[in-house]
Amino acid sequence: MIFEVTPSQTVGPYFAIGMPYEGGNLIVPAGTRDAVTITGTIHDGRGDIVPDHLIEFWQPDGEGHFADIHGYGEQSTLEGFRGFGRWGVEDGDGAYEMVTVKPGQVPGPGGRLQAPHIDVTLFARGMLHRVVTRIYFADESDVNASDSVLTTVPAARRQTLLAQPTDAGYRFDIHLQGPAETVFFDI
Amino acid sequence: MSRAEGDKVSEGGAGDRQEEVRQIYDPVADTPQRYRREPAEAQPPLDYPPYKSTQLRHPKQPLVYLPHTVTEITGPQLAATVGMAGTDSDLTVQHRGEPIGERIIVSGHVYDTEGKPLPDTLVEVWQANAAGRYAHKWDRWAAPLDPNFTGAGRCLTDADGRYQFTTIRPGPYPWGNHYNAWRPAHIHFSLLGRAFAQRLVTQMYFPDDPFFPYDPIFNSVADEKARERMISTFNIHETRPNWAQAFNWDVYLRGPASTPFEESFE
Repeated sequence: MIFEVTPSQTVGPYFAIGMPYEGGNLIVPAGTRDAVTITGTIHDGRGDIVPDHLIEFWQPDGEGHFADIHGYGEQSTLEGFRGFGRWGVEDGDGAYEMVTVKPGQVPGPGGRLQAPHIDVTLFARGMLHRVVTRIYFADESDVNASDSVLTTVPAARRQTLLAQPTDAGYRFDIHLQGPAETVFFDI
Repeated sequence: MSRAEGDKVSEGGAGDRQEEVRQIYDPVADTPQRYRREPAEAQPPLDYPPYKSTQLRHPKQPLVYLPHTVTEITGPQLAATVGMAGTDSDLTVQHRGEPIGERIIVSGHVYDTEGKPLPDTLVEVWQANAAGRYAHKWDRWAAPLDPNFTGAGRCLTDADGRYQFTTIRPGPYPWGNHYNAWRPAHIHFSLLGRAFAQRLVTQMYFPDDPFFPYDPIFNSVADEKARERMISTFNIHETRPNWAQAFNWDVYLRGPASTPFEESFE
């Protein structure tokens, strides 16, 4: 028998009383070699910052190995690697900040390696279900050019999925609407 | 017990069979390779004018189809990460005194759409107190805070996919969406599932709430049967005499894609 899914509802404005946990934004432990910080802001259709957002990352380590609940595939041996990060604060300035390592390549459709990417879930008040996007890396132009997912995105919009290098790591802003609207995926 | 063994215990019957099944555990064969694509009407739309805050926060460009690859079919192990305390699933014992309100036990199972229980997955809740006020600095409406109630809890599902919380029945509360707007009483639920593709945040409602007909968030789900899946049921059999009322609520996350045609990647 096939059951129907439970519908989604908005995360609302008050998730910060329950969703944060200690070190939630540390996808790798502080001090991990080659750790980078990925930071950014979320913008609404007026360009205003959305401070009350909840954002989550899911990714493999630098070798392309996950820390998966099923034990699927080769498991990460990076000390303390969680693969998962969450940012959502009661009263922040609107910028999220994740500490992680740049992901390695993992197989995609047809067994071809995908370009390094991070799966991103974004929730907020005013959103009745999550939106999903992917972070790719602007400094991986060779593998990006042949990536089996990225190449399905209209060329003019691909740059919305590219994290730009900074001194501390990368910057990845998300625009919910407007000329720079981020590409969101039908998952 | 290893994680792999834990998975299989949940599916097995009596002891001997569990031993047998454990030996053939296969993280490849036992991990769904693709998840069912949901029909659009199964979920509320991101653009829903009656809920005013959606106006500036919904994407206007079409979504791009994402094939399910290893990144989407895997998911985190959060048991160690969130550092679960014994009191995390009992929201009535997190402070010095007892919170005011109707004590309730909320329990149920987390299944996929094939009816398979999902073990070891993180279930998180947050809610208003009995007066309908959240212990959040931006909730400023004129109802009292309860010094003995924060309103947040978490637990992992057991081997049968079951979760349970003890808490206080939340009150309804007004909000600014339109004139005389009130939210039906609800508990926010966050479910990680066992794969990125299964992630869900939703709200659990209580039976026969008089605010249902007037709430745009509840009614953003167009299908009546789908709305009913967000409403818990009162269960006299699980009610604890002289202690607590009981409500049951099962959650269904997307299951494996059932046909190879469902997800052809062009």
